[in-house]
Amino acid sequence: MSKDVLVFCEQRDGVLQKVSLELLGEGKKLANTLGQRLIALLLGHEVEALCPSLVSHGADEVILVDDAHLRDYLTEPYAMAMADVLNEGNFEIVLIGATAIGRDLAPRVAARVKTGLTADCTSLEIDPETQDLLMTRPAFGGNILATIICPQHRPQMASIRPGVMLAPEPVADATGTVRRFDVDFSGLKNAVVLLESVKATKKAKDITEAKILVSGGRGTGKEGFATLNRLADLLGGQVSASRASVDAGFADKDRQVGQTGKTVRPQLYMACGISGAIQHLAGMEESELIIAINKNPSAPIFDVADVGIVGDMHKILPKLITKLEQMA
Amino acid sequence: MKIIVCIKQVPNTNEVKLDQQTGTLIREGVPSIINPDDLAGIEAALAIKDSLGAHITVVSMGPPQADIALREALAMGCDAACLITDRAFAGADTWATSSTLAGAAQLLGYDLIITGRQAIDGDTAQVGPQMAEHLGIAHIPYAEDIKADGEKIIVTRQFEDRYQLLQAHYPVLVTALSELNQPRYMSVGGVVDAYDQKEVRLLTYADLETFVPVENIGLKGSPTRVKKSFTKSPKGKGELHQVSEDEAVEIIIQKLKGHLIL
Repeated sequence: MSKDVLVFCEQRDGVLQKVSLELLGEGKKLANTLGQRLIALLLGHEVEALCPSLVSHGADEVILVDDAHLRDYLTEPYAMAMADVLNEGNFEIVLIGATAIGRDLAPRVAARVKTGLTADCTSLEIDPETQDLLMTRPAFGGNILATIICPQHRPQMASIRPGVMLAPEPVADATGTVRRFDVDFSGLKNAVVLLESVKATKKAKDITEAKILVSGGRGTGKEGFATLNRLADLLGGQVSASRASVDAGFADKDRQVGQTGKTVRPQLYMACGISGAIQHLAGMEESELIIAINKNPSAPIFDVADVGIVGDMHKILPKLITKLEQMA
Repeated sequence: MKIIVCIKQVPNTNEVKLDQQTGTLIREGVPSIINPDDLAGIEAALAIKDSLGAHITVVSMGPPQADIALREALAMGCDAACLITDRAFAGADTWATSSTLAGAAQLLGYDLIITGRQAIDGDTAQVGPQMAEHLGIAHIPYAEDIKADGEKIIVTRQFEDRYQLLQAHYPVLVTALSELNQPRYMSVGGVVDAYDQKEVRLLTYADLETFVPVENIGLKGSPTRVKKSFTKSPKGKGELHQVSEDEAVEIIIQKLKGHLIL
């Protein structure tokens, strides 16, 4: 009989990733619905100091595998450790962040323990009749949503993108236990060797591949574009531009959106100080969410915007940036 | 060196539009393409062939129409092509798909397997790593650069905040990002050969049953089921706010949270 909800808690260089706390919050809800416990799984080397934070964020128990093999993320040692824990525990549900680590580790482990895995879920619920986990995710380039179930196999595994779930407030007097779990790495085979790990400096991506675009126009000005760069960094996006601002020399030609520039379809298009000439609209109106800020209430950009703000971007954006910096 | 490249024929999801009246997907007239990450995988294999010499087999599991995608890969310079197609494989999720592809890899033999990171119609990024698991070999995901010699491969593996340089000896599986390279075009001679000189070999379950038990394929081999699928409600009319700057900031933050951007 399977039981309990397990959350894989990701750390990098000994720093707990925010998605781990978000998943503890979501995992707690599922565990409460099922009347089961929430278990946090922490893999790494010399990371025991992170355990209290996992408890204060809802874990009833932390399973800690602390081993030099787990210092840097490498697929096979991590998969070995996680599969060992899953095989011992027979868990009902396993949640993992859909990061460059989770999206690599989870499929390998799911294949090893022979169970289903649903990637990039945006909502999780317990079916009141069957008690199965209902895992809803976007598919077909985000055009449709599908609800996936895993009726005959346990654990039910789901990955969730960072930022989708809300991290709970820590509870100072929460109680939970820490259990050290030993993994025998002597059988480690198919070794992939880490030659070098380099913290990346961000490269400017092609704007057509960006999921988030912060876009400026003639009214943005050169200094305004510096503000947009900061905002784009905070949102994990790129800066794009209208033709007028490219012609004025505020932005490079490869940033230009519109009929003579590039057609973009990001998740978020934030038009700041762009009036919205028809040629510009043609290049961005298919964006999923359009937020426009413009001083002129009759600017055509507001015809395609989901959210229009009548106002001065030079005043609103610095406040938005301050707010986002506080949240980060 | 023997290289297998796994590709998927996918609808170009950028061309899919929603019917604003019914909220359903308009699939008609949407062109099929080779999945972009897989195309980078083909190019990566061809680059290795150019420098070291290699025999490249391109493999796809899918309906008979996927023949076109395989011919395109042949026209780019791949040496052989296999289409895995059989009703027995229908309804496969990533678990069953990867075990089927692993069976084909065992049949064909390989030193290096390259898959795309993920397909644009499903975006799961699961089939590559799971195929390696079924084969019991190592894999390196998210490759943005590949350097190969006769014994080993060195891959630049992408993360959100860093990259790793990883080395592995053959046999190994690598999943390719579309950023990896600029795929070459088909040559005119290549296109002619792809249709006149080269064959697309059909593989059915009968060809793979030595390697894959029947309980590991198709719907029966799939732990997951699609319970339902639905479209997001069509875009409503936009809202316009004339508010203070602080209220404007709050509205923007709430929208970004509502759309899961924050």
